Amino acid sequence: MINKSAHELHSLLSSKRVSSLELTEAVFARIDQVEDKVKAYITLTKEEALRQARAADARLKAGNNITPLTGLPVAVKDNMCTQGVLTTCGSKILNNYLPPYDATIVAGLKSAGAVIIGKANMDEFAMGSSTENSALYPTRNPWDLTTVPGGSSGGSAAAVAADEAVLALGSDTGGSIRQPAAFCGVVGMKPTYGRVSRFGLVAFASSLDQIGPLTKDVTDSAILLGAIAGHDEKDATSVDLPVPDYRKALIDDVKKVKIGLISNLLGDGIAPEVKLAVKAAAEALAKLGAEIVEVELPSFEYAVSTYYLLAPAEASSNLARFDGVKYGHRSGGTKDLLNMYYNTRREGFGPEVKRRIMIGTYALSAGYYDAYYLKALKVRTLIKQDFEKALGKCDVLISPTAPTVAFKVGEKTADPLAMYLSDIATIPVNLAGLPALSLPCGFSGGLPIGLQIIGRAFAEETILRVAFTYEQNTKWHTQKAKL
Amino acid sequence: MRIDVEHVAKLARLGLTDEEKKLFGPQLSAILGYAENLNQLSTGNVLPTSHAIPIKNVLREDKVIPCANVDDIMANAPDEADHMFRVPRIVE
Repeated sequence: MINKSAHELHSLLSSKRVSSLELTEAVFARIDQVEDKVKAYITLTKEEALRQARAADARLKAGNNITPLTGLPVAVKDNMCTQGVLTTCGSKILNNYLPPYDATIVAGLKSAGAVIIGKANMDEFAMGSSTENSALYPTRNPWDLTTVPGGSSGGSAAAVAADEAVLALGSDTGGSIRQPAAFCGVVGMKPTYGRVSRFGLVAFASSLDQIGPLTKDVTDSAILLGAIAGHDEKDATSVDLPVPDYRKALIDDVKKVKIGLISNLLGDGIAPEVKLAVKAAAEALAKLGAEIVEVELPSFEYAVSTYYLLAPAEASSNLARFDGVKYGHRSGGTKDLLNMYYNTRREGFGPEVKRRIMIGTYALSAGYYDAYYLKALKVRTLIKQDFEKALGKCDVLISPTAPTVAFKVGEKTADPLAMYLSDIATIPVNLAGLPALSLPCGFSGGLPIGLQIIGRAFAEETILRVAFTYEQNTKWHTQKAKL
Repeated sequence: MRIDVEHVAKLARLGLTDEEKKLFGPQLSAILGYAENLNQLSTGNVLPTSHAIPIKNVLREDKVIPCANVDDIMANAPDEADHMFRVPRIVE
């Protein structure tokens, strides 16, 4: 039963054919079986999960206050605060941090009756595209253990793909939900900036970060998005707009929907088999009644540069709080404050985090601010305008989620720039604050290929409708990783 | 382009290992060198975008509310005394 989707399991739970306790125990049995190979989790909270499952069963038995998530096992990325449960962000500097509060979305999951299985592995502070930057251990791709699961939400994606969780939450700053979803053959959605509260999400780049669902299918994505979306007075950037019933957007029909195929994301640097799969997906959508047009967004050529100045600039400021004073690691034996800072941060941060703090500090430093940081903010405007133009003509845009399928463990670790360039298709979306979803659209050499669907701000429903139609009329999502 | 790695690290209050000091020079030069492609774009009249959606200050009433979890907050302190964070002496 653990390979079933959340909406299928919800029917089984609410008709009492299975209990949340049975389901939760089955997920932990699966974890015992495969976790040594996959390494999707940093922390497992079995006792608390079983307690939550029993509470969910009481709720299901009483028949009141049942939500679509009641009794369902969920994995939470380890950069979301869970009260009293270790929250490391994949970093040594937080290797002993027990948050004194729940992130708003974690509190929301709990009150919906979800069962939190544990905290999923990730690139340190969400900086990376392969989960190899976790200070603990890398996660492996369930489809091929010699390849990476993507990142930074690699643990969340791998947990769902390997049936070690029914649903998972990730966070996406430059593709960190969508790219691992593509690599692991699951559905991942980055909502519009401001759609989901960031309160209790450890900040990486505050103007880009957004929490979203990783799920086995599009229906589950709609359900989990509905559960986490909404205004939060504790996050001043969360937007006070009504939350629609996203399940109503799951319509198997794309007639009269105008879809823009992003032509410059089908050029050099994109693997031939990925191009073929995305073009075939466009043809399939055309056969289903959608109108397909080619669009070009020329500013994308500059998106990687823009992102790798702006995100590190924001990170260098956000990560100043990790100084060994209030929480986390403190270097022992230093007699003055300045050396305490230097030593704590030298010992606590891994190389990629240090690299980004350095880039950001440099881009913001006197004499370089205008040439790098301000210039990147202006190019961000051009990228946003390109999207506005394309989405003025089209309802959604489609592209590959990543230029290749999952790459080998270790393949890109020595060359940070090569790793950064693998984010080319996802980064522009964060810079413009738009929603986008990745879903499976094919395989190459036994590894999944992801199709990215990008929508207008707060138009997640249109994305879900296109994704649902594609999914209902294809069979990619029915294939499972064999472990 | 040459980057003064030790100077930037000092600005960031960031200690580096000897290996990182050696590695970061060429790596940061490559990354920032790549980012020079932004100069191909003319942005004279373009306004900067720091947030994708319009954001404004959110104000609330300035009132005292109880903080229930002080003990949990202080339990994370590397060095704590009487609900205060202890740090090495700053003023002689």
